[in-house]
Parts: sequence; C-alpha cells; structure tokens
Amino acid sequence: MGGEAVSRFWREIPQRYNLIGTKCKVCNRIYFPQREVCPFCRRKSIGKMEEVKLSGRGKIVTYTIIHVPPKKFEGQAPYAVAVVELEEGVRVTSQIVDCNLDKIKIGMEVEATFRRIQDDGWTGAIYYGYKFRPVEKHEDKK
Amino acid sequence: MREVAIIGVGLTKFGELWDKSFRQLITEAGTKAILDAGIRGSEIDALYVGSMSPGRFIGQEHVGALVADSSGLTVMHIPATRIESACASGGMALRHAYIAVAAGIHDIVIVGGVEKMTDVVGSEATNILAMAADQEWEAFFGVTFPALYAMIARRHMYEYGTTREQLAMVAVKNHENALLNPNAQFHRKITVEDVINSPPVATPLNLLDCSPISDGAAALVLCPLEKAKEYTDKIVKIAGSGQATDSLALHGREDICTFMSTVRASREAYKQAGIQPKDVDVAEVHDCFTIAEILAIEDLGFVKKGEGGKAVEEGLTARDGEIPVNPSGGLKAKGHPVGATGVAQVAEIVLQLRGEAEKRQIPDARIGLAHNIGGSGASCTVHILEAV
Ligand SMILES: [Zn+2]
Repeated sequence: MGGEAVSRFWREIPQRYNLIGTKCKVCNRIYFPQREVCPFCRRKSIGKMEEVKLSGRGKIVTYTIIHVPPKKFEGQAPYAVAVVELEEGVRVTSQIVDCNLDKIKIGMEVEATFRRIQDDGWTGAIYYGYKFRPVEKHEDKK
Repeated sequence: MREVAIIGVGLTKFGELWDKSFRQLITEAGTKAILDAGIRGSEIDALYVGSMSPGRFIGQEHVGALVADSSGLTVMHIPATRIESACASGGMALRHAYIAVAAGIHDIVIVGGVEKMTDVVGSEATNILAMAADQEWEAFFGVTFPALYAMIARRHMYEYGTTREQLAMVAVKNHENALLNPNAQFHRKITVEDVINSPPVATPLNLLDCSPISDGAAALVLCPLEKAKEYTDKIVKIAGSGQATDSLALHGREDICTFMSTVRASREAYKQAGIQPKDVDVAEVHDCFTIAEILAIEDLGFVKKGEGGKAVEEGLTARDGEIPVNPSGGLKAKGHPVGATGVAQVAEIVLQLRGEAEKRQIPDARIGLAHNIGGSGASCTVHILEAV
C-alpha cells in the first residue's frame, strides 16, 4: 500500500481507534469489522445494524512470529501477530506487543491498546490502530 | 448439460525464467496444448485465462485480449476472458470454460493460466501476494501471506498434535517427486533437517515450508465429450467440478483448521462424479505451504480431520501410497506461478490418466483430482477427471 489517498485510512478510524463493531438487532450477533448486513438475517437486518463498542479483552486463538515482513514493517521484525477472540465472541487480527515473543501462547489473555501501526513515506501520514498486550503484564505495572 | 473432455495440455517449464516474457510463456503453453489436441486455430471458439495480478507483476491489465492477441487469435476476434481469484485463478478459469462448454455456448475452448512473477524484486512479490488477504483487517496490521498459513499451522499443531517434522515431510516428499518432473523449478532432494534448519519466515513455517516465486504458464483444450473422439483415443473427461468461497480473512472463520471452501467444493465435485474420496487414484492439491497440503488431504476427505500430519508421515500420500498426492512436485517444488498453478495441476492429472506421466506415472490411474485454493482459503475449485 503506497500513495493512497488518506481518506482510505481516515474512514476506518472509528473501528481501528475504538474497536467499534456492529450488532444485529434482529439476532444480537456482533460483528467486527462493521457489516452493513447480517449474514444470518440478511434483508431483515437492513437498517437494524447498530454500532457497538467492543471491550478489547480476549484470548489468543493462534499466533505467529513474523521474520520476513512487508516493506512498511521492516524495522519492526521480528514481531508477533495473532488472531484474538474477544469477549463478545468476534475475532480480530493484529500484533501482540509489550511482551517477550517467547512468552506468547495460545489461550493467553490479552487486551487492546492504541498504537502506531505504520507510516506512509509518501504522504508522511502515520496510521494508528489497535494492537494487543498481555493482561497480566499490564496489571503488574499498576 | 453436455459432458466435457480435455483433449489437449501444454506446459512451460516453471522457474525464474528471466529470458521469457508473460506473452511468450502463455503463447508457448497455448501452442503446445493446441498441437497436443490436434486442433486447428480456426476451430477455437473462446479463450479463458487465469492470472492473479499481472497489473502489479508486469504493469499490464486487460490480459484476456493480450493473450488472444499474442497467440495470434485476434484475426478471428474470438471472445477472450481473464479470470481472477488470487492463487485459484487457474482453477477458476477452467471452471468457467467448463461451464461454457457444458452449457453449449462454445465447443472448443482454450483455458490458459499464467503468471510472470520475477520481473519484480522478491519483497515486492511478497507484497503483491499479500493482496489476496484482507487489506483493511489483516495486511494493514503487518500480516503477511505466509503468516496466515503459519497461524493455521500453529493451531493445527495445538489441536491435533501435528509435529514440526510432519510439516517438513510434505516438503521432502514433494521435492522428491519433482526430481522426476522435467518442468519443475527445483530438482533438489531435501531432508526433514534441511526444512527445520532453513531460515524462519513466520513461525512455525520456515523458508523450505513455502512454495517459491515462479514464472510459468499452462494451457488446456476443452471440447464436448461427444466430439473428443474426433481428436484423440485417450479421452479424459471432467467428471465433476466444484467451486466455493469462505470469509476473506482467516479470523472470519469458526474453525481456523478447516477450509470450508475445500469441503464444499469437493463434496459438490464428488457428488457430480458419483465417487467417494477413496476412489481417487491420484491428486494434485494446493500445497502453497506445507500445512496447506495437510489441510487439503483432510478437507478433501482422504483422511479424518487432524490426521493429515500422521498420514504424510506414514506415506499414505507418497507416490507408492494409497492416494499419491502431488506427483508433479506440487506448488512447493514444481513451482507456483500463481495464475498458472490451477491449470498446471489439471494438466498433470490429464497426463497421469493418459499414462503419459513418464517416470512419475502412477500405475493404473483412472480417476484424478485437482484442488486449487485462492488466498488463505477464501476461494477454492476442485475438479475430478476420469479416463474414459
Ligand atoms: Zn442477525
């Protein structure tokens, strides 16, 4: 991704900054990223999808340590990415940070934290979003 | 609906072919397929070509017309269509050509698949392949394509006890098979230790767990089964064809270790062919990463979910095993020019069913299966071929 208009990133800000998903008011299923239509209720859900803020707490379903990164992440490697299942039952993908890479495990409890994700060298823009960190370590700090 | 036969196949060598251009590759494969079928150019009714990302790899879109032009078919102004479904573009091109012939829209149709990947540097090729993932919700966060399969591997190891060695054994087997395939990118025997000691890409997957960046092309000639006799004695028909989708992102699935697209597409193809998984004599499956072959043999129903690693270890999928998988060397060792892959898999199955696979021939192969995946399982085609 290089040289895109900033609007591409700006329009995803509510979701990426605040983990705002959608809830289908017909079946109460929660989605992230946001959906216009519930795949289960389809036409019945039109106009009945409401925004919902996710807790950001969840568990690691699976993870990997990336040693060969994409160009924009070259300075960060090796880094961990994971699929995290949030308390609300939805799954998201992002990086695991603030943690020794050897300590990461399936089932580990994590929480969302707001971080810099990548820079666009072309526009000079910096893009932010959620990453996850272990819950324990955060509590140790208090 | 008419029954459809494959009467011609053509393949280029796969590899880093610096002296060959996109149009040279597809023209070479197409010409070989036409000569193999013994048809005249004037008999061709339509052309379908699978290619994942020529726009990014060589800066060229509109390749349906380009392929018709470079193969000298524009004087007849035949319809030419490019099909994209990431790494399943080739299988998808065959699927849509098959539908056109079965429906009676066209009689003689060429199916091509091509990718020219080495005109960009390796890191750019990695970026382009990552475009098959979800850009906003996977790639944005630094997720690479190998990372998605690595996360599948990690979960498969966790749930089913699949071992690092079993993953490596897929690569070892496919490299060994490729030794007998003159068109393969790699002719190098490797060991389990070589795979385990190769540099990490995305843990637990190492460099030798990954298929390479390749150039190459493949082509097929389809015609109605009733007409096939006019061209050949060794008739191979398409007995079943299936296509399915799943969530674009890996996190959109309930079970990370199952490609429901494979399950759905294969069941559709088995049903149409009237066969069971155990009836398959030889299979070419989508082993873009070692874990992908383990998932494939489970989701195709060759073994139970979770037993894929053990099956590879016990030699079930070896050339002399119960269901030989990837006798061509697979994507891993034959090479993976993404758009060409799905077409090349079918070409290998045709050669096997005709008894023309030379040193890698599986004895008495009568029913073969080709399985082609797009992205991390968001799209899939399965084709079952049968010697008539
Ligand atoms: Zn609903």
